[in-house]
Order: sequence, then C-alpha cells, then structure tokens
Amino acid sequence: MAMIDEPLYPIAILIDELKNEDIQLRLNSIRRLSTIARALGEERTRKELIPFLSENNDDDDEVLLAMAEELGVFIPYVGGVEYANVLLPPLETLCTVEETFVRDKAVESLCRIGAQMKKNDLVDWFIPLVKRLAACEWFTGRVSSCGLFHIAYPSAPDQLKVELRSIYGQLCQDDMPTVRRAAASNLGKFAATVEQSYLKTEIMPIFDDLTQDDQDSVRLLAVESCAALGKLLAPLDCVAHILPVIVNFSRVLLDKSWRVRYMVANQLYELCEAVGPEPTRADLVPAYVRLLRDNEAEVRIAAAGKVTKFCRILNPQLPIQHILPCLKELSSDSSQHVRSALASVIMGMAPILGKDATIEQLLPIFLSLLKDEFPDVRLNIISKLDQINQVIGIDLLSQSLLPAIMELAEDRHWRVRLAIIEYIPLLASQLGVGFFDEKLGALCMQWLEDKVFSIRDAAANNLKHLAEEFGPEWAMQHIIPQVPDKISNPHYLYRMTILHAISLLAHVMGIDITCQKLLPVVIASSKDRVPNIKFNVAKVLQSLVPILDQSVVENMIRPCLVELSEDPDVDVRYFANQALQACDQVMVSS
Amino acid sequence: MNGKGPEDARAPAVPPPLEWKFSQVFGERAAGEEVQEVDIISAIEFDKSGDHLATGDRGGRVVLFERTDVRDHGCRRDLESLDYPISRHPEFRYKTEFQSHEPEFDYLKSLEIEEKINKIRWCQMANGALFLLSTNDKTIKFWKVQEKKVKRISKMNLDPSQAAANGSIASSSTASPRVCLPNGGCSYNYMSNDFSFPPGGFPSLRLPAVASQETSLVARCRRIYAHAHDYHINSISNNSDGETFISADDLRINLWNLEISNQSFNIVDVKPANMEDLTEVITSAEFHPNRCNTLAYSSSKGSIRLIDLRQSALCDNHSQLFEEAPGSRSFFTEIIASISDIKFGQDGRHILSRDYMTLKLWDINMDSGPVATFQVHEYLRPQLCDLYESDSIFDKFECCLSGDGLRVATGSYSNLFRVFGCVAGSTEAATLEASKNPMRRQGQNPARPARSLSSLTRVVRRGAETSGIDANGNSYDFTTKLLHLAWHPTENSIACAAANSLYMYYA
Repeated sequence: MAMIDEPLYPIAILIDELKNEDIQLRLNSIRRLSTIARALGEERTRKELIPFLSENNDDDDEVLLAMAEELGVFIPYVGGVEYANVLLPPLETLCTVEETFVRDKAVESLCRIGAQMKKNDLVDWFIPLVKRLAACEWFTGRVSSCGLFHIAYPSAPDQLKVELRSIYGQLCQDDMPTVRRAAASNLGKFAATVEQSYLKTEIMPIFDDLTQDDQDSVRLLAVESCAALGKLLAPLDCVAHILPVIVNFSRVLLDKSWRVRYMVANQLYELCEAVGPEPTRADLVPAYVRLLRDNEAEVRIAAAGKVTKFCRILNPQLPIQHILPCLKELSSDSSQHVRSALASVIMGMAPILGKDATIEQLLPIFLSLLKDEFPDVRLNIISKLDQINQVIGIDLLSQSLLPAIMELAEDRHWRVRLAIIEYIPLLASQLGVGFFDEKLGALCMQWLEDKVFSIRDAAANNLKHLAEEFGPEWAMQHIIPQVPDKISNPHYLYRMTILHAISLLAHVMGIDITCQKLLPVVIASSKDRVPNIKFNVAKVLQSLVPILDQSVVENMIRPCLVELSEDPDVDVRYFANQALQACDQVMVSS
Repeated sequence: MNGKGPEDARAPAVPPPLEWKFSQVFGERAAGEEVQEVDIISAIEFDKSGDHLATGDRGGRVVLFERTDVRDHGCRRDLESLDYPISRHPEFRYKTEFQSHEPEFDYLKSLEIEEKINKIRWCQMANGALFLLSTNDKTIKFWKVQEKKVKRISKMNLDPSQAAANGSIASSSTASPRVCLPNGGCSYNYMSNDFSFPPGGFPSLRLPAVASQETSLVARCRRIYAHAHDYHINSISNNSDGETFISADDLRINLWNLEISNQSFNIVDVKPANMEDLTEVITSAEFHPNRCNTLAYSSSKGSIRLIDLRQSALCDNHSQLFEEAPGSRSFFTEIIASISDIKFGQDGRHILSRDYMTLKLWDINMDSGPVATFQVHEYLRPQLCDLYESDSIFDKFECCLSGDGLRVATGSYSNLFRVFGCVAGSTEAATLEASKNPMRRQGQNPARPARSLSSLTRVVRRGAETSGIDANGNSYDFTTKLLHLAWHPTENSIACAAANSLYMYYA
C-alpha cells in the first residue's frame, strides 16, 4: 500500500473511486477528471490516465457520457494542442458504443478537439481515425464517422480528399439504414466543406441517391439537407438540382410517404431564399399550395404552421393570389388540429398583406376561426390579437370577439376557461377600458365563483393584473364595490377566494383604499364561523403588515390578531401568533 | 437430404421431403415430473443470423442460447461444392438467462399484470452486445446482454479499510457525492484553489489497476415502453429501418422509436365508438421484412390487412385485405376462423397465417384467396364441441416459415407439430412429436382417427411416456399443446416448446 501524504487524500480517493462499485462515485470521479489529471501531471496523464480511460469502455452509459464530455475539454491537461492526439483513442472507442447519446457526445468532443488540432496532426491522427470508424465492423462506428468528415476534410491533402469523398459516398449506400440516415443528416455539414467543383460532380449524385432511398426515414432526412445544400449551390444550380427534387417530393403520386411531404412542408420556406424569386413563384408556390391541400392532415398541419414564414419571403401579391384561397379552405378543414395550427399563425399574415387585403380577405377567416367549435382554435386566435390590432384595429373584430370570449369563458373544460383568463390582461390592453367595462367586467367577477379552484385562483390573480393595467381608480369603481357582496357567499371556499383576491389587490391599490375598503372586510371575516377562513384572515393580515401604517397595524390589525390567537382552533392560534410576531418585528425595526 | 444449400433453395422443382432428426432438448422433463406453471415456455425466437435463440416463459424469464457448431461460411461453401455430406447441424448451448418481467398490480384499474412473456423480438446486434425486446401483456422492455469485465482492483492509493477508518476526509468523500454532483462545489474543490499542483504531478499517486480480465454476461434493461396499451399486447415487431417497432393489442397498434420510451404513435385503432359494436379484434401484427412502410395485421374474423404507413398518419384504412369466404357455416365457423398468428416469409412476398384448423399461405399480390391451405388437425373437427367446452378452441398456435420459404410449420395437440412443403406440387406433410424420437412411426394403433387423413404421409404415435391416455381410447391430449415454435432463419432446423422443454430438430 502506497503511503499517501495527508493533503493528497482527497485526490487519492478520487482516483480510487474511478473504479468504485457505486456508479455515483465513479461519475463523481469522472466529472473531476481534470483535478486528477493535474495531480498526475501532464506526462502521466498522457501515458497513464488516458490509456486507463480507454480501457474503461464497458462502464455504465452515464459514466461513459460524462467521460466523453470531459475529454472534449481535456487538451490543456495533456500538455496543449500538440498532444491533442492522445485524446483520440478513448473517444474513438466511445464512438462505437451502442448508446446513441454517448456516441453523439463523443463525436461532439472529437469535433471540438479536431477543430483545435494542427493541420499535420489532423492528417496524421484524425483522418485515419475517421477512416477506421467508417470501416468499422459495427454500424455504431460507421454512424459516428459521418459526423466527423466536415472536420477532417478541409485539412486533407488532395489525394486524401478524393478518398474521403468516396468513403462518404459509400456510407450513403451502407447496408444499414441507420448509417444511411446518419450520412444523410450530416450531408449538409460535409458539403459545406467540399470544394464547389466537387459539389456538383460528387455530392449531388450522393444526394440524388439518398432522395431515392427505399427507406422513408432516409429520404426524409435527405429532404432536411435540401435547404443546406441549396444555400451552398449557386442559385442556378440549385434550381437545376434541388428544386426538381423537392417539387417532386411534394407530389403525392411521386412520393407516397406523408412523412416525407411533412418534412418538405416544414423546409420549403428555407429553400425560397436559395432559389431566388422567379423559381419560387413558378415552382415553390405551386408546391406549397399542393401541400396546403394535401390529403394527409399532418402535412396540412405542418404546411399551415409555416404559412407566415413562407409568405413573408414572397412579394405580397403572391400570397393574395395563391395562398389566401387555400387558407380559406383550411379555416374550415375537417381536422381541428389543422385549423388550430392555422389559427396560431394566421394573425401574422396581417402585417404581410397590409390593411386592405387583411380587411377584405383575412377578416372573414379570422371571424370563422373565432366561431370554430374547437376551443383551441378560438384560443389561438385570441392569443395573437395584438398582431392584428396593429394593422386594422380591433373594432372590426370586436363584434365577433365578444361571443367567442363569452363562450370560452363558460366552456365546460376548466383548462379552456383557465386559458382565456390568462389572456384577459392582453385583451384588456387591446380592447381598452370602455369596451372592457361594458362586456367583460362581469365575467372577471364571475370567475371568482367558479367551481374549480385553479380558475378561482387565476381569477384572483387576474383582478390584480387588471388593477395594474387600468389603475387603482378604475379598480375602486369596478372591483371594490362588489367585494362586500362576494364575501358573504355561503360557501367558505368562495369566501376564501375573495380573501385571496383582497390580499393580492392590496399590494397594488395603495394604502388608503386598502385601509378604507379592504381591511374592514378582512377584519370582519375574522368572525367567520369556519376556522379555515379565520386562519387565512391571519395570513392575509400578516401579509398586509409590511405595507400599512404602523398606527393602522396597532389599532386595527393587532386587536383582531390577539382575538384570533385565543381561538379554540389550534391552526387559527398558530397563524395568528405568526402574524403577531410579524407585527412585533415591524415594531422593532421601525 | 443434408443441411441445405442456399443455392438450391430457389429451385423450381419440388424438393424431396425432409427427414427430421432429433437434435437437442433443454429442460427435459423426467418421467412423472410435475411441470411448474412458471416454467412453461411462452415465446421462442431466433435472431436474424440464427446464431442465437431466445425463449421466454410464464415466469417472466428470458433464456438465451447460442450456437456452438463452427460457422465458417467459406469452408462450408467449399464443402458443399465438393458435394460432401455435411453432418453438421445447428447446435445450441445455454448462454444466459435473466428476469425480464415481474408480476405487477395496476392499482388504478385493480388489475393483476402477469409476468408471462408474450413475445420476444431480436434487435440489431452492436459491438458484440445482444439486444432484444420482450413484452408481457402491458409493458415492453428493451434488453442489452453484454459481456462485462469482472472488476478486481488490485492496486489502490488507499487501503479501503484504512480509508474508512480515517475519519473526516474519507467519510466526506463517501458521503459527499450527492452534495457534489449538482454544482461540483464540494470538499474536493479546495484542491483547485488552495493547492498548488507541481508541474510533474504527484508521483505517489497512481491509478487503480484492474487485475482480473474475466468476463461475465450481464443483461441490462435499457428502456421500458409502458402505459401505451389498454388491452393485452399480442405482438411486437421490428421495422427494417432499425429504429422503430410496433406493438399491437386487441384494438390498437402503436408505433415506437426504439430510443424513445415515453411516447408512441397510435397508427391503427379499431376500437368502435361504442364497445357493444365490437365485432373484431386484432390478433397479431408484423412488419414487412424489408419494406419499411408495410405492415400486416390479422383479426379474429380471419382476415389479414396490409397497411401502408406512407398513406396517412392514422392507418385505419387498409391498403389490401386478404380473406377467404367460409364454406359451410356452423356455430364454430367464426371461432375457428380467428387467426392466431401471422408471419411474413423472408422474401416479403408471402404471409403465413394460422387459424384453429388450418395453415394458409398468402401471396401479397393476390388477395382473392390463399395460394395454399394446409389442414393441421382435421381429425379434430368432430371434437369441436368438446374443444369449445374446455376452451381449447381458443388456443393460440403460432406458425413459421423456413428461411428459404419452401416449407411451413405449426403446432398441434399431444405435443405434435406439422411441417408442410408449400412449393406448388409438393405433397410433403410431416407430423412430428416433440420428443427425442420425433419420427416414431405409428403402426400399432389402427384405431387412431388420424389415419383417415390422406395428407398425412407419416403418422406419429404419441410417446410411450404419456401413453396413459391411449388406454382410454382418447388419442389426443388437449392439455399438451405445442403452441410455440420457430424455424431457423438459414437452415432447416426447428425449435419448439413442449410445456417447459425446448426441443430442437434438424433435417
């Protein structure tokens, strides 16, 4: 047994625990790997610690993940960039494990290290590693290799570049769909490093193959790289090579897989910039229109969700001519999810189309969505009200808005009611005091007596937000007068909600109103017959102590609390005493 | 016939009938030994290469076997081209076993969940580790079976006993991990601040050395796919894309990604709005072996539906329907039409289905009717009443195809199983018994009704060890049923389960 100096004990333990039975201890040691490395010194880290870690490849995934992460920032501990290559072997092993998240982390760390390595070292160490992984017996290594080419390629001499491109081509034709998927999803990154001249001659054929793969999952990842490749190619080449592919994908007859079309619907707008305005008008707009009318609801959902992003790139005439008619159809789509997706983005169309087109074309769509039978659709429209308000003002909508709000406010599902309450402050700010008072004021009070606690709770908070929005004067007129009436509700749970609302309002109403109007109500409630109300009174009073004048505290609050502190109920006494202590503290501090 | 060469597999000519020989038995029952319920095998599955075999049982255990005979393809091919008889046939040995499922209780629904393994499916092997999915009625689990080094640490910095005795520091290190982990701020931290590391490090510190290099097999459950099925899971099946699989219960089929256990997509839902309108349930489902977007499921009404996942996200509309109108109707017509199992052939062109009385082979390009129908145990037809009374009529027999697609097999009662040649013109129809002597001819029992079956070229007598039932004149034993069997993917070798025993045969 080695003799260890006293101060080294913690490190010695840390090192020993690299092999502890307890996974938590091993994890802990791995996370402190840099400390261990510093204690061992750079040379022993290179010669002992790193080989030791390379051996440790059958540990639990959590440990391997931590190791992969630590090794990515380990260059300083092995003696700087010139020694970075010693870090490659353990990470190479980690690139072959079965757990995807460990492999991904190892690839990420390898990329980080590779990005710092000198060109010569990359050629001597990194590129051979990529080649070994790409030729690995198990698919796991081959999958990992796909994510490393973009680091390896730029430093390779011409001869090696030829080889790397051809290896990548082979990976795209691997027997395992998993490998082809990895190759397809990394294609954009790799292509960005390949010389322009080879893009067309070598990368595009690979891309074409991938877009015709048997496996749907491979094809749809190829779609994902369309936009990335499109940005690399000159617009003309993009029109020649990428555009036909994506346009074909959007046709049901040519690609039966809805998942591929779904991907196209999500990606299409990114391609518009790459191909330029004319091909966009001629090809992409019709393709997009097809997707908006796809017979699979999922595709329409994706397409509808991107409509604002897509139209923003076009000149305003195109959407009015081609897209708007589709949106009209979608607003009465058979799938509620499509309508809901549409409702969540369609308000964004208003600024794009301008005032006239919005009033003429969009308004009817808004109105029909506002009357939708599915609450989510209506909610989505209401949640984006500010966007349309900027363009045409809210007056045109208010007639339809009100019934929609009323209906949502009384919806059977409390989650829907909750959602609309959360939009009330937004509505209040957009609609203005006048409209609000007339139509919505009563609703806000009504929610305080909802059957569901969450709604009552939200309603109390809502009152506070409204008081903030419209000011104490308004609250004085519209909220406060109703409080005495509400607090006499026969059910104690509703009385409790009012107490809660009062405690929230007190903080925004200012001292005077609180003392004159709110405090008496609270004090009166201390005579309630239900103990739960009484100790809540104590709690509310406690919360009021810091914001009120000391004289008020002494004259009104303290006597009430003293009385409560002698209550037969133990909880009431407890909270009353808590509040009394708070009073004492304020006394002392002032 | 010996082994078989993949070269002759596609020969259009009718291959000569196979002569089946006993190969191995695992868990053979001694005479008079009582079978424990938990030991009864409930699932059998070969992996894609045929190098591994897994069985699951009612006790929730999964047992793995591995092939022991040398598999050197180059050498084999040479031998075959020289036309030497090859005496070698697949032989397996016990590899490992693990407890996959435990009995559970669903408190919300007051339901007991049995631990019985309903299905096992192998996944892609990686890094020498085996992966498989196993399921009971409700929960699917993803297992990894891997060799792990047995750690025996020889050199340490501190004597463990000494360290433990050494008060504050040692105890802080063992007690601290929970404190350390969230923010990394812990007792070790002072090292980096107040401590100066000499440039060469501390020579007295050393890394623990691992002494022994022994390995042991460890099975770890990597993922649990739960809470997605209201009814009992009857099938799981991997997609050829290597990343997804389906699970099917009576009314729904869900699609999962192997790496994501907390969500699945419902792709087929046959649940009617009103459960009283329910007329048909899903009995089995399988992905096409190489077309990633096609899957087939069978129903209790005897139909097979092919669905195309590309068409829409919810595949309630099938792309193809295979069914056969029943001839004469009787009380039992609907019950015995229920399909208990379907399997795709390796070529992906044929589907084999098993209903109570027959095996049917379908060509997916022909939905007008099966290309071949094989009577499995026609002599039971007069007994349907008894079988109904004893609920045996609801037994779920599995079926399998040979790797070359030339033959099909399925089980029956009295531990019998049948192998049919399915090439047009083949009359091959063997009846074998899951015992050490599968081909024992039956001559001494002329009263046996099976004799009247013309399709039976060889008739087998039940083994002498269970002959007690013969005496009362009833020559089939409904309690000994051979439900589960599997055909080796590349060779003519069949593994089948008779209660708790696994019998293997080759030809």
